[in-house]
Amino acid sequence: MSYARRALAVAWKDLAVERRSKETLNALVFFSLLLLFVFQFTLGADRERLAAVLPGVLWLGFVLSALLALGRTFLVEREHDCWEGLLLASGDKSAIYLGKLAGNLVLMFVVEALVLGLFVVFFDIDLGRALPGLVVVVALGTLGLAAVGTLFAAMTANIRAREVLFPVLLLPVQVPVLLATVKATEGLLLGEPLGAVAHWVKLLAAADVIYLVVSLLTFDVVLEG
Amino acid sequence: MVRVLGWLSAAALAVGLVMAFGVAPREVTQGNVQRIMYVHVPLIIASYVAFGVLAVASLVYLIRRDPRADRVAHASGEIGVMFVGLGIATGSIWGKPTWGTWWTWDARLTTVAILFVMYVGYLLLRAMIDDSERAARYAAVLGIVAALDIPLVHFSVYWWRTLHQPPSLMKPGGFTGSSSILWPLLVNLVAFMILYAYLAARRVRLLRAEAEATA
Repeated sequence: MSYARRALAVAWKDLAVERRSKETLNALVFFSLLLLFVFQFTLGADRERLAAVLPGVLWLGFVLSALLALGRTFLVEREHDCWEGLLLASGDKSAIYLGKLAGNLVLMFVVEALVLGLFVVFFDIDLGRALPGLVVVVALGTLGLAAVGTLFAAMTANIRAREVLFPVLLLPVQVPVLLATVKATEGLLLGEPLGAVAHWVKLLAAADVIYLVVSLLTFDVVLEG
Repeated sequence: MVRVLGWLSAAALAVGLVMAFGVAPREVTQGNVQRIMYVHVPLIIASYVAFGVLAVASLVYLIRRDPRADRVAHASGEIGVMFVGLGIATGSIWGKPTWGTWWTWDARLTTVAILFVMYVGYLLLRAMIDDSERAARYAAVLGIVAALDIPLVHFSVYWWRTLHQPPSLMKPGGFTGSSSILWPLLVNLVAFMILYAYLAARRVRLLRAEAEATA
């Protein structure tokens, strides 16, 4: 099988499993709804204060659901004893990484679209002109999160304390992505054009490229055994 | 050889201490508190060197699979975390009387704090994997990711906010301060570099003994 077809096979397999079991998606959707309650209770009902912290809170929601979703990347294989299958797969292992990453991205985009929709309804934010720019920022930020998250998920899959270790490893590395996305979102929600936050978007793009290249080059090493 | 390094670092640190208190002048506005810089700056710079060595050693390990490279990375990670932790502590002690606060989310403070948690995570990952070969592989991957992340962290945090006084030692145009400050600083910098080399050599030796004992 060609490289692209192997990557696609992994992604398709994961999405098919997810579509039939809905294990992760159902829990994530409900989790993001709960997050909304938690934010509302902890921040209070003051509209102005809410508006000021909204970009940060929005990304907090994205990151928390990402931690749950990405951390589970290789648990399908673990739980159904298919880990050896991954190890034995022929050819360059980075195809598996790309497939897993694609599956994660689809899952996260679905959840993020939902969270964003819930925010619009519950916190009464007017996306309006900000939406196209926001899509770019969310796409780049999610790619950065998922690129490293998928690599780290493979590293922590076989460790006992993976639920704790995964966020402990991922969050410090993702600080640039978090700062850039929150700052860019802040600017966009204030009505600024995408050009005004271009330096953050460039930083995100650079981070994505670096994370992707490193992950593709090192994934073979992680999946050696 | 290692023993020589130990005595050398002890001697250099002693000279550095004498210079920091005896040779360096009392700073006009900050007073004696400023003398903590002769420990603080070398600690931070030495920790960056340790993390640099860690990154190179990680890369060498992934290419050659030489356990010696892994031990160098492991030792450098531990010493770097210790140095950066002490650097944050000394900076905090200096900041309280000078800035009026133990901690502020200034750009460089934040960068260093992120480095600290990132490499504590590195040590945690190492500690949680029982199989030493797998620990070495995963740690090497994390070491490379972390090293490439440092410039991103630096720029993002810098754009986020900045308050720290600009670097006084390495800046465009060279050092402009008095040489009575420069020499004590340089001597201490060398002293802490030797201390790092000594500690790393001792730790590598201990790690090798551990590996031989369990093999």
